[in-house]
Amino acid sequence: MINWRVILSIAKTHLVSKRKQTITAGLGVTFGIGAYITLVCFMTGLNGMLDDLILNQTPHIHIFNEIEPSQEQPLEQKFKDALTQIHSIRPKQRKKNIHNAFPLIQNLANNRDVMAALPQVSAQIFYISGSIELGGNLTGILPNEEVTYFNFDKYVVSGTPQALENTPNSILLGAGVAKKMSLSVGDRIQVRTASGVVKPLKIIGIFQSGVTEIDNVFSYSNIKTVQQLLGEPQSYVTDINVKLFDMEKAGSLSRKLEEQYDLKAIDIKTANAQFETGTTIRNLITYAVSITLLIVAGFGIYNILNMLIYEKMNDIAILKATGFSGKDVQYIFMSQAIIIGILGGVLGLIVGFLLSMAIDNTPFVTEALPTITTYPINHNPVFYIIGIVFALIATFFAGYFPARKARKIDPVQIIRGQ
Amino acid sequence: METVLHTKNINKYFNNPVPFQVLKDINLSVKKGEFASIMGKSGCGKSTLLYILSTMDSDYEGELFINGDLITGQDGDTLSRIRNEHIGFVFQFHYLLSEFTVLENVMLPAKKLAIKSYQEITHDAMEKLQMLHIDHLANKRASRVSGGEKQRIAIARALINNPTLIMGDEPTGNLDSYNADNVLDIFRQLSDEQGLSLLIVTHDTDFASRTDRIITMSDGRIIS
Repeated sequence: MINWRVILSIAKTHLVSKRKQTITAGLGVTFGIGAYITLVCFMTGLNGMLDDLILNQTPHIHIFNEIEPSQEQPLEQKFKDALTQIHSIRPKQRKKNIHNAFPLIQNLANNRDVMAALPQVSAQIFYISGSIELGGNLTGILPNEEVTYFNFDKYVVSGTPQALENTPNSILLGAGVAKKMSLSVGDRIQVRTASGVVKPLKIIGIFQSGVTEIDNVFSYSNIKTVQQLLGEPQSYVTDINVKLFDMEKAGSLSRKLEEQYDLKAIDIKTANAQFETGTTIRNLITYAVSITLLIVAGFGIYNILNMLIYEKMNDIAILKATGFSGKDVQYIFMSQAIIIGILGGVLGLIVGFLLSMAIDNTPFVTEALPTITTYPINHNPVFYIIGIVFALIATFFAGYFPARKARKIDPVQIIRGQ
Repeated sequence: METVLHTKNINKYFNNPVPFQVLKDINLSVKKGEFASIMGKSGCGKSTLLYILSTMDSDYEGELFINGDLITGQDGDTLSRIRNEHIGFVFQFHYLLSEFTVLENVMLPAKKLAIKSYQEITHDAMEKLQMLHIDHLANKRASRVSGGEKQRIAIARALINNPTLIMGDEPTGNLDSYNADNVLDIFRQLSDEQGLSLLIVTHDTDFASRTDRIITMSDGRIIS
């Protein structure tokens, strides 16, 4: 039979009378948990931001028609067992578009794993403004769909992507191009295609991806405008970007598409292999540091309780002599550890919350990320739950071992030793 | 008369540093209301015997009965409960919990027993303190009172659950003669007026001479 009221009142008296030690032990937990919350919120916030930057922009599968020489030449087909040698193989002259793109898109849209499949038309062009001519790339897109599925609007620093939809012959110019040619929203720019067609386009916005190579070269326009510019029909599509519900399925689906349609399909994992590694390693570091902090805090509690038990040998002996069982004594010391854990842990959550709020409000301006104004923080309640649970587990074990020692103390030895 | 404590052939061995038999065939009984003292030279095993009788030491051969019930072989929790309910201790050193007040120290065993409400326990504790003339110290910290007072507080604590038996291991050993007399008077009074059984280990022949019965031990045996 455990009399918790008595046990807790003894535990409380010990904690209150050893105030400095209690505070030291509690602060250990507070700093551990506070640092964990801050670190994990900041790190996952950062990861989330980078995910946004790269993964949410990047199609999970990018389908295009790559110009490459045929794998098998007719000669090889004819003389299968013979040793053949062909010099100067060249790819066949053919259009860059995806054959039968719209049935393919329709087919993809019917696939249960696919969230969206969006066509694009990419064209090599020259930007002409006055006497300046710059090489570049103009991509025709479906503006509204791109915004919905690929967060396209996050990179538009002036103007809106919707204007592309509404304004005929409009262009969303790369920030680098705009700067080089001293152009701003509302101005006109002429573009010339490789085949020599020149067309004036109205600048309705500027986008900045943060990657200089892209901002210096790329611009976006409505898909129809680009098709007209190239003199191609509405079925002309050079790229299809696919977004899936589950990114993990990108690899298998892209291989299936390549096989089925004789096209090039690159999945996001292949395209951004190094990115995934970075995320994993950052998470690993976050957890390694946090767990180290908490273990250090746990050892602090362990130490202080151990000392307390040595100091309280006589108390333990008399408690046992007057009828408290070993278990009672163990619970007295374990409840002290857990009280320290709860108080220190809750305070740690508060400290962590305040620190991450402070970080969340710290200005963070960078050229590379035009839409970010403060440091990213991920306020996920799960971290707070993990934090308090870990605090309790750590203090439980930090208390368990000294308390078990107290339980085993033989009162006769203490009393006779005096 | 009713027997509160009774032993049958208790033997006890120490194995450290060399095998050694400290208690040899102890057969002893203490009757209700009896005030007995155990005397003997240092190392004759009298304290060892007391701790076996107190149920704190369970590593022995033979049988121990308290209030007619066999105690030997019971598990630790049961023994704790028996100590709590039936046995009061007074040691040479007071063993008060220094962070608690005098009153809280006295109340602690009763709180553990948890039969009475806190109000009743407080009332009982005050009564015991009054009986020992230390009720004015009730709300002082245990660390702030004098040595003689501490020992009286320890006696009050031993009495709080109205035990059948009070055991003492040289309870006057640390006290000056005035306080030692005082403690002896209290014990005498408890035995005479409340019919409490007492079993006290002592070196002090004056103390022993004022008890009902002197049990003399030598080399692990009771010789008289």
